[in-house]
Amino acid sequence: MHLTVLESVLPMPKVPDKGSVTRRGFAVLRVAVWEEPWVFALSVLASMVYGAMTVADGWALGWATDHVIRPALERGDTTFGAVASLISLFLGIAVLRAIGVVGRRIGAGIMQFRLQATYRRRVTRQYLKLPLEWHHQHPTGMLLSNANADVESIWFVIAPLPMAIGVIAMLGFATAAMFAADVWLAVVGCLVFPLVFVANVIFQRYLQPLATRAQQLRADVSEVAHESFDGALVVKTLGREAAETERFRTPTYALRDANIAVNKARGMFDPVIDGLPRLGVLAVLLVGVGRVRSGAADAGDVVQVAFLFTLIGFPIRALGWVLGELPRSVVGWDRVQRVLTAEGGMEYGDQRLTSTEAARLEVSGVRFGYLPNRDVLTGVDFTVEPGRTVAMVGPTGAGKSTMTTLLTRLVDPEEGAVKVDGVDLRSLARDELAGSVALVAQTAFLFDDTIRGNITLGGDYGDEDVWDALRIAQGDGFVKSLPDGLDTKVGERGTTLSGGQRQRIALARALVRRPRLLILDDATSAVDPQVEARILAGLRSAVRDSQAATTVLVIAYRKATISLADEVLFLDEGRITAQGTHLELQQKSAAYRDLVDAYEKDAARRQEEAELAAEIDDLDAEGASA
Amino acid sequence: MSAAEATRLDHGDDAGGLATLRQGLRVSPELAQGWWITALLALTMTAGRIVVPIAVQQTIDKGLTGAGGPDMSYVAWMCVVCAAGVLVTAGASYLTTVRLAINSERGLATMRIKAFRHVHDLPVLTQSTERRGALVSRVTSDVDTVSQFLQFGGFIFLVSIGQMLLATVVMFFYSWQLALVVLICFVPLFASLKYLQRLMSAAYGVVRAKVGEMLSAIAEPVVGAQVVRAYAIEQRTQQRIDGSIEDYRRTATRAQAITGITFSIGGLAAGLANAGVLTAGVLLGVDKQATLGEILAFMFLVALFSDPVQIATQVLTDAQSAFAGWRRVLGVIATPADVVDPGESGVVQARGPISVEFSDVDFAYPEGDLVLRDVDVRLEPHRRVAVVGETGSGKTTFAKLLTRLMDPTSGAVLLDGVDAREISFVSLRERVVMVPQDGYLFDASLAENVRFGRPEVTDAQLLEAFESLGLTDWLESLPDGLDSPVGQRGESLSAGERQLVALVRANIADPDLLVLDEATSAVDPGTEVRVNAALERLMAGRTSVTIAHRLSTAEAADEVLVFDNGEIVERGPHDELVGAGGVYTRLHDSWIAQRSEL
Repeated sequence: MHLTVLESVLPMPKVPDKGSVTRRGFAVLRVAVWEEPWVFALSVLASMVYGAMTVADGWALGWATDHVIRPALERGDTTFGAVASLISLFLGIAVLRAIGVVGRRIGAGIMQFRLQATYRRRVTRQYLKLPLEWHHQHPTGMLLSNANADVESIWFVIAPLPMAIGVIAMLGFATAAMFAADVWLAVVGCLVFPLVFVANVIFQRYLQPLATRAQQLRADVSEVAHESFDGALVVKTLGREAAETERFRTPTYALRDANIAVNKARGMFDPVIDGLPRLGVLAVLLVGVGRVRSGAADAGDVVQVAFLFTLIGFPIRALGWVLGELPRSVVGWDRVQRVLTAEGGMEYGDQRLTSTEAARLEVSGVRFGYLPNRDVLTGVDFTVEPGRTVAMVGPTGAGKSTMTTLLTRLVDPEEGAVKVDGVDLRSLARDELAGSVALVAQTAFLFDDTIRGNITLGGDYGDEDVWDALRIAQGDGFVKSLPDGLDTKVGERGTTLSGGQRQRIALARALVRRPRLLILDDATSAVDPQVEARILAGLRSAVRDSQAATTVLVIAYRKATISLADEVLFLDEGRITAQGTHLELQQKSAAYRDLVDAYEKDAARRQEEAELAAEIDDLDAEGASA
Repeated sequence: MSAAEATRLDHGDDAGGLATLRQGLRVSPELAQGWWITALLALTMTAGRIVVPIAVQQTIDKGLTGAGGPDMSYVAWMCVVCAAGVLVTAGASYLTTVRLAINSERGLATMRIKAFRHVHDLPVLTQSTERRGALVSRVTSDVDTVSQFLQFGGFIFLVSIGQMLLATVVMFFYSWQLALVVLICFVPLFASLKYLQRLMSAAYGVVRAKVGEMLSAIAEPVVGAQVVRAYAIEQRTQQRIDGSIEDYRRTATRAQAITGITFSIGGLAAGLANAGVLTAGVLLGVDKQATLGEILAFMFLVALFSDPVQIATQVLTDAQSAFAGWRRVLGVIATPADVVDPGESGVVQARGPISVEFSDVDFAYPEGDLVLRDVDVRLEPHRRVAVVGETGSGKTTFAKLLTRLMDPTSGAVLLDGVDAREISFVSLRERVVMVPQDGYLFDASLAENVRFGRPEVTDAQLLEAFESLGLTDWLESLPDGLDSPVGQRGESLSAGERQLVALVRANIADPDLLVLDEATSAVDPGTEVRVNAALERLMAGRTSVTIAHRLSTAEAADEVLVFDNGEIVERGPHDELVGAGGVYTRLHDSWIAQRSEL
């Protein structure tokens, strides 16, 4: 971000938390001026040139009427010099005015889009800085609109701002020009211009709630459409298409009526705002004739003032536009400020992890909860020795996924410590942990990038490394079959992948880094059981006879996944309740048995029922034969 | 899995402006209602704008410089007439605006609803989750673009054209020589208009593309917050975001500059016309061919003439994007639905035990290879059938044909001997219900979600439905019972609980044939047991077909259909198939291997 001279001298203006929308809106405008003082100054200067030249146009017509046209028409003759001065005067004014218009518009554009960009950069920097906990507390849709629509709505007001300031100058020049022409004509002007201004303000005030309502209803329509299309399969299979259409009809009709209401308001005020200057011209003509008759004014004065009315009628609306945009601007400002003023962020130490061997993981006395007084983990202790593969097993909601976020320092424990190679994660330098530990989460997130980009994430890995990683993740086959192979774009505009394919890419992303500690959080849930078996086998052989020694912690439900492990940790109600090999745990812990054997139990129950039914059949048969 | 062709939408890109208009009027007849009244009003409205220049001319020629000096009474009389004209204009303007708004909004609401209804009939909706966003845009932002254009641009367009035409007529009435001078001064502008407009729409096209890129870059640190942190790629992410923000800023500023320059050219032309009119006017006036009033009136007329020209480029650009939006919506409506309801003429079947027959069924997505081939199978009433096979073997396609989410490419699916294509939707959906893997829940109460298929059922019947599936305990464990909100997409409930809701929903629907897509995601054992018990009870007394992802389900079924590469390769009870050494044996072995230690 550039630092201007002003910035170093003047502190950024404060926007008060309370007060009228107009007052707060003007404070936001002051911030805009403070952020972009030079662009603002230039565009206002250009706008003032435009304002002055608009008034000059009226003045020139008055002057030409009295000094060139009337004398020429009365005398029946004119001079070359008079005509030349006419042409150069009007062309000169037109050129200067055009320069003013271009300068004003380009200046406003530069300022508006620069401010947008600045605030988008600030908001996204906050997103990257704020801890994951903060992200969890805010809905995704809201964060996206904070960075996009809300930033945009703060600065819409900048587009008409220079013009509005130019119009204020224009009104000043016009008043002066009118008084110079004739006092009484000026009085007419002083009545009409404020009236047009007041009509504009009333209109904006009246329109604002209507426009806001229409905006809200557009969101409602969109919500129903989103929901209905997302649930299309349910809608279709239950034959509810007609009922859904009725549900959609309600907000659609409400929006239709709201739009009509907005237009009725516009239809009412537009003719008033348009008509007032026209009535003003007629008043000027009427008063003007009287003044000319009494010899107090010339015909040129009347023409000049009348022409000014015609010229100023439209630009004066810019004042209304600015006032009308202020509420939206303030709402956007408040929403964006909530992000920009959010506190938080992780502290880092300066320790490094220098080992190239498999990592040792140590968790001691870890307590953690998302909400106060509701701990998810309470006093977790365990150690994973280098090179071991450990499975973490536990019922839904036991805190397994939370554990993975602690191990990768996405969050910090409230008590206790997580250590890798004996170093507390909190004392590691920034980005140090990612060099040693890789996490593959339950839901695979892919970037709008190529498959290669999604695996390397900008890291320096050769194609051979990428293919190796894909091979272990069982993803080489489908990637090869894609038209552009590794260069295939994934995401909305590229190829769409199935859940299982996405998971395999996410897995390859972790494997290509040859992490010293690999954490898998149910990372193969969406792949076919057969494919999963192959992945696990590949992973096991890669880990066992590995050139790159890796410690693995895997969260799993399926027995095959668990059986990959040298050791099993059973996590229940926020603590490790049992630890040992799979066989040991099966003997030791009833809860573990229940969990792991759930599938088998289900199958066994069916078996028993079938046997019972067979016995009853046999008994019936015996009874019948007896 | 689904061929790209099946997700194709008619974009109607090739439709010309007039064709779009015709098609649009057919979809929304309200648009044209009483159009001639609106047009007359619009004409009256523009006529009123000509009042001022005429008043100026009359005042100057008759009131100020007329014979015998200033004539106060004439000017006063004329001003009253003109004021009346201004008031009539205002009234006409109000009526035009309101009529336009009412007609266009009604027409667009009709189109929006038609499009929404039709989208539900399009196969792309259920086959391509990625395209749903685009479909939502069709019934939201695309229609809004048209609406906003009609309200602002369309109105201005109408007024502008009238204003320019009328100003031209009056100019020629006063002095054809001066009128020609004005037109000549505007020639360069008219000539460049098309070019400027193309330049502008190209610039805005780039802006739109850059907005899309920026939005997707901004989404990364939000949606992928965990990955960005876990892999410590904050810097790279920020660079991508900064780059896209900067790209957008640059292109948007550039488009704005082009608009500004275009806008100023109108003003330049007006200045040129002013200078030309005054010069020519003086020369003509010297020869007594023009009065002072006429010359001055021209200055006012030039202003009336040039204002519309200045905004024309902007309006044309808006019109282009509005038309593009309109075409897209109409394109959706014009996309043929694959599966058509025979409606009134359809067969209405009696309820009761149902048999299913696939007769030589082939299926291929348009221009794709066969996904199912030669499927010829009959399922007897009350049988419990499991369908197994690897991903891509055709088992999901089988289920979609069974529930008539799609129709076979050749052959027929018969329900109780009647081709499913001939059965009315109402009857079909009553008899056949599918429970998808992830039973989508709406952001409403549990009760509303459960009675989604049949809104008329009472709370007592709902409770009974829970009871009959053995889920009363679970229902009572929820804080607000039936009134418990389930949250967006049902996120307040666990995956397993959402499955329970889907089962109760199916129970309420009470179908004869139940098609289940077994959930693959792991849920905790408590819920798992509940789901299985509820399923058992739900399937009792019905014909059921389950797409089985767990072979334990196949073990419990009366009959197993084994799919491989689009064909049914084996068929029979589990016990027979498991030892047969075929595809099923292979599937079963790997399932066993996966359940036990490797």
